[in-house]
Amino acid sequence: MWRGDYLYLIQNLVMKDFRIRYRNMSLGVLWSLLNPIVMMGVMTFVWTKIFKDGRPHFPLFVLCGMVPYNFFTIAWSGGTTSIVDSAGLIKRLPVPREVVPVSTVLSCSIHLLVQVGLLLAIAIGSHVVVNKYWFWLPVVWALEIVFVSGLSLLTAAANVFVRDTRYIVESTNLVMMWLVPVFYDFSLVKDPYTQIYDLNPLAALVIVMRRIVYEGVAPNWCSGCAEHHTLTMWKLVLASFSVFFIGLIVFRRFKPMFYEHI
Amino acid sequence: MSTSNGYPAILFQDVWKSFDRHAGQILLRDRLRHMFHSHRPEKFHALRDISFRIEHGESVAVIGHNGAGKSTLLNLTTKLCRPDRGVVEVHGGRIAPLLDLGAGFHPDLTGAENVCINAALLGLSRRDVRKQFDSIVDFAEIGDFINEPLRTYSTGMMMRLAFSVATCVNPDLLIIDEVLGVGDLGFAVKCRERIMQFRRAEKTILCVSHSNDTLKDLCERAIWLNKGEVMDDGPIQRVVEAYKNAMQEHAVAG
Repeated sequence: MWRGDYLYLIQNLVMKDFRIRYRNMSLGVLWSLLNPIVMMGVMTFVWTKIFKDGRPHFPLFVLCGMVPYNFFTIAWSGGTTSIVDSAGLIKRLPVPREVVPVSTVLSCSIHLLVQVGLLLAIAIGSHVVVNKYWFWLPVVWALEIVFVSGLSLLTAAANVFVRDTRYIVESTNLVMMWLVPVFYDFSLVKDPYTQIYDLNPLAALVIVMRRIVYEGVAPNWCSGCAEHHTLTMWKLVLASFSVFFIGLIVFRRFKPMFYEHI
Repeated sequence: MSTSNGYPAILFQDVWKSFDRHAGQILLRDRLRHMFHSHRPEKFHALRDISFRIEHGESVAVIGHNGAGKSTLLNLTTKLCRPDRGVVEVHGGRIAPLLDLGAGFHPDLTGAENVCINAALLGLSRRDVRKQFDSIVDFAEIGDFINEPLRTYSTGMMMRLAFSVATCVNPDLLIIDEVLGVGDLGFAVKCRERIMQFRRAEKTILCVSHSNDTLKDLCERAIWLNKGEVMDDGPIQRVVEAYKNAMQEHAVAG
C-alpha cells in the first residue's frame, strides 16, 4: 500500500524527534552531556573516596558502563511507548508502522553519538592509548542499536495491548543498572552468578566497551580466547540479530490490530 | 489507469467490521480478569455486509449521518484497519488520504520542516519534495512564514499548508473526509478547483462530507450508509434526494 521512501521517512522522523527535544532548550545538546558528567562525578566520588576503589582512571571506567546503559534505557523506554504516543499517525496515515519505533531508537542514537564523543574525549584526556581496536567501536554500537530496535519493536507492540508494558520496561531498566557491571568490574562476579551476566547482551556490551576503551585490548570473538568468561562478540551478534528478527516478526503479526486498540 | 488491467479502483465484497466497545480499558488487571472470567466483549458493528465496486476515474460520495460507518469505510480503503470478514481491494497507484489534515504536524517545528515530514509520511521521496516544495508553499499562500514555527500560524494558514502538502503527491486515488471547508472563502474555492483538476484528470475520488451541495458538484455517484448498511447506491442526485427525504421523515417522526 505505502510505496514511499523508507530512508527519507526515517531520516525525517529522526530529525523531528531530535529538533523537538532540543529546540526549546537553551543549552541544547549540552543537556545530553550534563547527565553523564554529573553521574560520572558522583560515582567517582562515592567509589574512590568512600569505597576506596583504587583503580586508575575511575571516571573513564564508569563512563564505559554509563554510556551504553544510558542509551539502552532511554532508547528502550522511548521505543516502547512510541506507537501509543504517535496514535495520531497510526490512526490516520497508512505509514508502515515499523518505522515509528525504529526511528525513535535512532533519534536516541544522536544522543549516544554526543555521549560517545564525551567518552572518547575523556579517554584521550586520561592518557589511555588510542589503539587499533577502536575501529571496533562503531560495530559494537551498531549492534546495540539493532538490539534495542528489536526489543523496542517487541515491547512497542505489547504496549498497545497492555499499557502496563512501559512500567515493566522501566522497572527492568532499573534492575539492569545493578545487574550490568556499570560501576563495578565484571571480574568481581564469581561463579555461579557469571551465568546471569553471560545471558545478558547489555552486560556483554559494557564488557566489550571496557575491553576496547579502558583496557585497550581486542573484543573477544570466541570462548577460547577469553580468559575467565565466555562473553563474546559472537554472542552479541547472535543476540542482537535474533532479538531484532523476533521483534520484527512479532510486530508484524500484531500490527493489523493496532488501529482498534489505540 | 492503464496499469490496473481491468481491476476496479476499489472493491468491497461482503465486508463486515466491528469494534469492541471496551477496547479502551487495557491494563494488565483487565487482561488477567478476562483470563479467569469468560469474557465476551460487546461488539459494535460499524459495517454490515457492505459490497460495492468503484471503477477508475469515478468520483463517489459516501453519505449518511454520524455513526453510519462512513469513516470506517474510508479507513478500510486506506488499509488503516482490516475487515473482520470479506474482501477489500484497492488497485492503482498512490493514495492521498485527506482524512485529518495535519496529522503529522508539530507546533514547535517550522512550516518547512513540517512540510518535509508530512510529505515523507505520505510517501514522497527526497527528490519529489525538493521538486515540489516551492509549489506547495505557493499554493498555501504562506510566504515568509514558512520558516516560522507552526504555533505562530493561524488555523487557516495551518490548514492551507496541510491541504497543499496532502494534494501535492499527485495521487491516483484521492480520499477526502470533510476537508473542503478549509480556510477562508477564497481558499475554499482554490481547494475545490484543485480537486476538480483531479476529477478532470480522471482520478478516482472517494469523499465524505455533510455538505450535500459540495458533493453534488464533485461527485457523480453516491453511496448512502445507514447503521453500517448500504441503503442506496447510484447517481448522486437520486441518492441525496432519498437521503434528504428519509432525514426529514425521521425528524418529523422523532
